[in-house]
Amino acid sequence: MKVIYTDSLVIGGGLAGLRVAIASMQRGFDTIVLSLVPAKRSHSAAAQGGMQASLGATIKGDGDDEEIHFGDTVRGSDWGCDQDVARMFVNTAPKAIRQLSAWGVPWSRVRRGDREVVINGKKVTITEKNEAHGLITARDFGGTKKWRTCYTSDGAGHTMLYTMDNKAIQMGIPVHERKEAIALIHEDGVCYGAIVRDLITGELMAYVAKATTIATGGYGRLYAISTNAVISEGIGNAIALETGIATLGNMEAVQFHPTAIVPVGILTTEGCRGDGGLLLDKDGYRFMPDYEPDKKELASRDVVSRRMTEHMRKGKGVPSRYGDHLWLDITLLGRKHIEKNLREVKEICEYFLGIDPVEELIPVRPTQHYSMGGIRTKASGESPTLKGLFSAGEAACWDMHGFNRLGGNSVAETVVAGMIVGEYVADYCEQNPLNVSTSTIQHFMKQEEKKISDLLVRDFGENPFELKAAMQKIMMDKVGIFRNGEDLEQAVEDLKVLNQRAKKIALRNRISSSNPELVEAIRVPKMIKLALCVAYGAWLRTESRGAHSREDYLERNDRDWLKRTLTTWKDDSADLPEVSYEDLDIMKMEMPPGSRGYGVDNTVHHPDTARREQEIEEIKKANPGADRFELQQLLNPITIPEKFKGKNERIGRGFK
Amino acid sequence: MSDQERILKFQIFRYNPQKKGDKPRMVTYEVTEAPGMTIFIALNDIREHQDPSLQFDFVCRAGICGSCAMVVNGQPTLACRTLTSNYENGEIKLLPLPGFELIGDLSVNTGKFMRAMSERVESWIHDQNADKVNFEKLEERMDPDVADQIYELERCVECGCCVSACATKRMRPDFLSAVGFMRLARFALDPRDKRTDQEFYEIMGDDDGVFGCMTLLGCEDYCPKDLPHQTQIAYLRRKMVFVK
Repeated sequence: MKVIYTDSLVIGGGLAGLRVAIASMQRGFDTIVLSLVPAKRSHSAAAQGGMQASLGATIKGDGDDEEIHFGDTVRGSDWGCDQDVARMFVNTAPKAIRQLSAWGVPWSRVRRGDREVVINGKKVTITEKNEAHGLITARDFGGTKKWRTCYTSDGAGHTMLYTMDNKAIQMGIPVHERKEAIALIHEDGVCYGAIVRDLITGELMAYVAKATTIATGGYGRLYAISTNAVISEGIGNAIALETGIATLGNMEAVQFHPTAIVPVGILTTEGCRGDGGLLLDKDGYRFMPDYEPDKKELASRDVVSRRMTEHMRKGKGVPSRYGDHLWLDITLLGRKHIEKNLREVKEICEYFLGIDPVEELIPVRPTQHYSMGGIRTKASGESPTLKGLFSAGEAACWDMHGFNRLGGNSVAETVVAGMIVGEYVADYCEQNPLNVSTSTIQHFMKQEEKKISDLLVRDFGENPFELKAAMQKIMMDKVGIFRNGEDLEQAVEDLKVLNQRAKKIALRNRISSSNPELVEAIRVPKMIKLALCVAYGAWLRTESRGAHSREDYLERNDRDWLKRTLTTWKDDSADLPEVSYEDLDIMKMEMPPGSRGYGVDNTVHHPDTARREQEIEEIKKANPGADRFELQQLLNPITIPEKFKGKNERIGRGFK
Repeated sequence: MSDQERILKFQIFRYNPQKKGDKPRMVTYEVTEAPGMTIFIALNDIREHQDPSLQFDFVCRAGICGSCAMVVNGQPTLACRTLTSNYENGEIKLLPLPGFELIGDLSVNTGKFMRAMSERVESWIHDQNADKVNFEKLEERMDPDVADQIYELERCVECGCCVSACATKRMRPDFLSAVGFMRLARFALDPRDKRTDQEFYEIMGDDDGVFGCMTLLGCEDYCPKDLPHQTQIAYLRRKMVFVK
């Protein structure tokens, strides 16, 4: 049995995983990163638009700070997020971006003087301040009160990931590529690493560690059409689920991005609309102002995606052989802007659609994009139920996004969570000896060996590719943007059947080394379990909140549903996860639930909301001299690693 | 895009070094073309419906991550964004990218090569203060044009097309190649990197470095991101030749 020991094992080589690895290495702990692919090819690289951080250097971000970023994030989450975590996040994001700047990201900078921008379909001249020249600039994104999304052209994820991986290389952090963690090793409620399969040789190895961090990204590929990379299959989430101890949070919270190209589902960044692009229907009519007169195309993502779908249902979509779509119009931005700031978009249009977006409209429609749900963690990033297991980034339900993530808050989360969780991982390594019996390691190794050898000897059975396609179709048809009880119940029933069939997979290519069919056979049963968590959670949640939109329960129901869904899979022979709920305590909220300001407000309020509002008023009255930092301490005292506690400087206001 | 279905003929290099006794060979597969079909879609179709053992690498399938470079009808390129409709006679021949360790079929180990390249050129900001920076304070300013210029050179996706198209690399196994030069040019341009020309010379001032380039410029011809390899190699050579 091949066993590799380390202090900090990080599963996933994207932004979040690398940043956790850097943090534990900086604190002197032996660290190994496992990755399915070379780290620089991780899905983080595909983030085009940018990273939110309230630097407030551009004139359109003037006056921005942590409070406004916090408000946008909580509102965007439809009050489903953990406000402690959102607070830690907004306070640390400016530090994260400035650290990345020192490490090498060529963030686009403010240029002093006049420049022409497109706002609400019209050309407008804005004047950047002289004293802001050379500082990191920002663009507009949906659901934000200020221009806060910092970027490098439209390659923010690429430059961030390259800088982060280069930093990891500089520090000598080993990245073991083409390795897949297929099970976690745990004993008495403590996680000790993972059983890992080498995707080239097929060898199984035990990576034994004090702390294990899962940073494997989202589970978008549960859907047939997704903007996600093909490796975003949620396997990190699934191996946590399969422990029967770790919990997954809010798996039904799945985001659909308004503008993926038709039919292949490749993303065109929100930066297109942030920079002034418009959505048009089959008549060339700009319809968003009719639905959302205030934010128009720049309403929150879940809202825009729903409005687009509604509009297409009214017969206003553009018919095509792949179904209806709408148009994204960026022609008004002009060639110069597109070729500089939206170049990836231009390339994608040229290569995949054969059109020039400088002159032609882009066919788009809402497409699965982001997984708000994931491994439930405490604010420290550790699983509340399985000690020593951490998670960060999209794989986690750290829970700063609740039921809808704002554009620009995902790559921001990866690096901020990486910093914060990384410190807690290092603390854990410091405080805990590695104390696991070899028989436990062997038990998990044998279990995985047996699963694989069973697959390799079975003569007849199910085709893993077919099972996967069937699952993806169910998720597309029945667990999409608009959901209803009837469809969801059917989806759960259909997935239960697939879950049984997945126990009888047989291979045509029966070799244990490098074998794509075997990879699929290992993953598909795990993915079906995750799909069941999503569909079942969505069926049970009889309200509409953020991206979870029920046609049979239109209202956001704080009274009954201001709570987080937790799923576990304790009995491997079961066909459904066990579901429980965790209340969000309004009496501890810095910002009690209110209206997001979209459409009709039909919220069913929780009795605590008014109580908390009154309590906050009283606290404010009792502390008339308190500044925003003192007030935050009174309303939402959070624990944050010492090194990230400082205030953030901005031009024109210093550290205030 | 024509609505008429046609049958594409794929000739694909097959060889699995992990499998005892396996021999390199070309195998032909037929696929019914669909509108907007890319090589990514076609290869998955073959794997799912004809041969589940077929190995290839795709990650983003959007031309962003650089995983899927292969030789398509003699030209190294990103397979994910290559439309099958580009090939008039419907015959498409796929070979793995030369110059890299073969994993199997169309899959090559670019990751190992690129990590070694990054270590060799020390692909990071060299500044002792980078880790001591006070991130509570305003970031160091940068000229907006310089930031844009750095990004221009940082757009490389490490796909390996330049390496596979490089004649010098064929003759000199340790030749740094265009991907390495582009990375060096990117850091040489960056005011945050405090390395001197002498230090850069230590990395690339020999025949396995920038002076080995025969300027046949396959890198420039085949870079899927249209990076200015020719200009940057010339720039680095000029810069290095003046190092005392």
